[in-house]
Amino acid sequence: MLVGEIETTLTPDEIQYARKQLGREPNALEWALIDAEWSEHCSYKSSKPLLTQLPTTGPRVLVGPGYDSGVVDIGDGYVLTFHIESHNHPSAIEPYGGAATGIGGVVRDILCMGSIPIALLDSLKFGDITKSDHSKWIMKNVVRGIADYGNCIGVPTVAGEIEFDECFERNCLVDVACLGLGRKEELLLAEATHPADSVYLIGGSTGRDGIHGATFASRTLAANSEEERSAVQIPDPFTKKLIIEATLEASRAGILRGCKDLGGGGLATGLSEIADKGGTGLEVYLEEIPIRESDMNSIEIMISESQERMLLVVKEGHEPTLLGIMRKYGVSFARIAAVTSTGKVSIVRYGTVIADLPTRFLANAPIIHRIGKPPHFFNQGSEPCPSQGIEALFLNLLSSPTIASKEWVYSQYDHEVGIRTIAKPGESDAAVLRLPNGKFAAVKVDGNARFCDMDPYVGGASVLAEACRNIVAVGAEPIAFLDHCQFGDPNDERIFGAFSMTVKGIADFANVLSLPCVGGKVSFYNQDEVTKKAIKSSPVISVLGLVEKPEHITKLGFKQDEEAIFAVGKTKRELGGSEYYHLLDGTGNGPPSLNFELEKRTQAAVLDCIKSQLVTACHDCSKGGLGVSLAEMVIAGEKGATIDLRNLPAEKMREDETLFSESNSRFILTSNKTNLVKEKFADNRIPFAVIGKVGGDSLKFTSRAGMFNLSLTAIREAYSTALERILEPWPR
Amino acid sequence: MRVAVIEFPGSNCDRDTVHVLKESLRIDANLVWHNDFKDGSYDAVILPGGFSFGDHLRAGIIAAHSPATKAVIQMASDGKPVLGICNGFQILIEAGLLPGALLRNAGLKFVCKWTALKVEANNSAFTCTFKKDTKIRMPIAHNEGRYFADDELLDALSAAGQIVMKYDEENPTGTARGIVGVSNEKGNVVGMMPHPERASDSALGGTDGLKVFESMVEWAKC
Repeated sequence: MLVGEIETTLTPDEIQYARKQLGREPNALEWALIDAEWSEHCSYKSSKPLLTQLPTTGPRVLVGPGYDSGVVDIGDGYVLTFHIESHNHPSAIEPYGGAATGIGGVVRDILCMGSIPIALLDSLKFGDITKSDHSKWIMKNVVRGIADYGNCIGVPTVAGEIEFDECFERNCLVDVACLGLGRKEELLLAEATHPADSVYLIGGSTGRDGIHGATFASRTLAANSEEERSAVQIPDPFTKKLIIEATLEASRAGILRGCKDLGGGGLATGLSEIADKGGTGLEVYLEEIPIRESDMNSIEIMISESQERMLLVVKEGHEPTLLGIMRKYGVSFARIAAVTSTGKVSIVRYGTVIADLPTRFLANAPIIHRIGKPPHFFNQGSEPCPSQGIEALFLNLLSSPTIASKEWVYSQYDHEVGIRTIAKPGESDAAVLRLPNGKFAAVKVDGNARFCDMDPYVGGASVLAEACRNIVAVGAEPIAFLDHCQFGDPNDERIFGAFSMTVKGIADFANVLSLPCVGGKVSFYNQDEVTKKAIKSSPVISVLGLVEKPEHITKLGFKQDEEAIFAVGKTKRELGGSEYYHLLDGTGNGPPSLNFELEKRTQAAVLDCIKSQLVTACHDCSKGGLGVSLAEMVIAGEKGATIDLRNLPAEKMREDETLFSESNSRFILTSNKTNLVKEKFADNRIPFAVIGKVGGDSLKFTSRAGMFNLSLTAIREAYSTALERILEPWPR
Repeated sequence: MRVAVIEFPGSNCDRDTVHVLKESLRIDANLVWHNDFKDGSYDAVILPGGFSFGDHLRAGIIAAHSPATKAVIQMASDGKPVLGICNGFQILIEAGLLPGALLRNAGLKFVCKWTALKVEANNSAFTCTFKKDTKIRMPIAHNEGRYFADDELLDALSAAGQIVMKYDEENPTGTARGIVGVSNEKGNVVGMMPHPERASDSALGGTDGLKVFESMVEWAKC
């Protein structure tokens, strides 16, 4: 709404609150600062009250939500830092720059804790690329943006997930998680705690790109949004690489008190947050800020979200060391502020104070207590019947974009730089990275918009369950997670209701697992003004696990002929929201159920088997069900298998339903110590059975309906080349 | 022997290379900032992978005209082993130390994958401990690695044993005659697109890359 001559996203209540707190009318620059800092994107004003349900503490958690990254203690003096960011709105209108700068942002979050970024993960959601050229264009450019940026800065992109659904046609989702590695004693926080320290702005200059980025992200996309490309920042990975090196060198030199990434809200947000967290004030010298265009006004300078900039809080007297480091790397720098004890952020231009606001007031937006109505539960969908034979259905499902191999995507990402990537994309359920203390980090990101759309509570919890299963399957114990909740317009009470139930679902299950949430993000307004449609509820969860010993690392490919194949967990007739029903243009009734206790017990038993070295290959069973999981194990191991579905612990249903049901709490694993594995599952009262054995050059099934057989070649052709056939249909 | 691994602004495989040389092979390897690099005090030099100077203008070209590369050229003419890996190969070509050109990959995309390779010539500083025609595996990760030269030059390089390494099965980047590595006439300067430092640990997928660095040690003894 318009305040004076300034267009803001502030509500009438917020405007009144600001006037009352200050006891005066703020000037235009002050309104702009308040608007940027109080945007939904930066302030979490709608979501904060709900997010307190999440468990955020644990023996390993050193820093939880509220800082640039979560920090987890992994022993021996080392820490892992972990954060997730999205760049949905920018990517929807300028996919290449939007996706690239999304990486830039999350990498800075890791860097400003004093840690080295060691891995990137991305969760991408696009429209139906089999039908929409627009979505193909978005996808190709998002992937190229991630590749060009991530490859250049030398941080490997090691894992991810991609979902395709019509609801993402005009609102694609681009989430990037980053994992960092640091020393406990070198940790930095985004705090300016000591008056007389100096604040330096390093890296790129401040330009007009990315003006109003945070407020742009805090409303829905309109018909004319394509004209807002100026709200998308310009990526410069080379400068970013130099900033990474320079910041780490400054951090190791011990001259930094704190460090802050400049992201949403630009300098307005970054400066007020370091002062607020440090309990201090700042005197900002506006004319010292290097600008790209000489006629930029004070508002533009303060809210620009130009990329590749960091704020360094330098200990008093250590400036010469800093200057030496910045000159070595050719990174520009400017002393733009002094830390004060006034408790105010004062902006000064050539000696005149042009904005003067209390730090606490500026950095803490009034909370909005929104009301949520129960969302529309989806339990009246159709249950489609297949018209094709089982072999054709199976191969078609393997070729559907959400299921098919993502090699077309990950082969464009350098996933090996840093020589830490032990388990690479396609080899295992989660990426596994070598750590300097002899342990290994396992990371994965997951989402499931269709489940969450049908039942936000169960859907949200199921996403966490799947991400944890992926971590367990590689032999790691989950130690922390990040959640990223993406929804439509929170002013719609049903959408806010869905958000609230999603958070409750995730929180309730995380409490059962005693798994701390160390950070996250909320992105609202993923909604299109033209079609009036919001995206399906899309929480994305990234789980971090720790592998204690190298011999525990387990991949998913079948390893050895004659080994027994175990199905762990019961397969129920639960196809609502499944990829299979989607293939048949149906929806079904509600997502698969989730028994929290059983899921926890199943994961613990599988991890126990892996740690006891009884397991030779392991894969979770989720999108595409048992059939797809088995096919993936065949492809990764280049070995066939013989499966008897009559032995499977399952409810009575058709053969296709048995193969493609997406029931929770299931794994497939292979073993050559069958009896010991049987004992473990029986002792823990977990349904299981040996359903077949590894061997041959095809995947052979026997069920009550008869027998069928898929050759390794047919499976590979259907699964491995599907994305390329869709995205690059021209002949080679 | 003392080996320098030059760090240009934008290099990103520099530390990986030093790590392998030091930890796996116990070689005295030093990470040297490009402005501090001077010839004379090292027995060999490696230009690592990455995006030197952001690959602005053209991959490798700015680094090729830096003072550090002048020193590299001096070491090359002194007959010392000089290896360019990936971006380092691009720099050596732009600097005129190696023949041919490197174009964008045929698919116009960055390609990161493990590849099957064959050692074509074992008379170079970085392949001398391999048997000729040995099949090895190393990963590639690049955008501009499609080796190109006209047929006349390719035939001449082939006859002179300057084609040191080729793709063995698939040719994922469309490179001429499958070439992924070449040497100069003396054999002391080698450029290759595959990353030997990423193939130096069985936990990471293979150890064939170690022999590339071991060759350097052997060559320097002669």
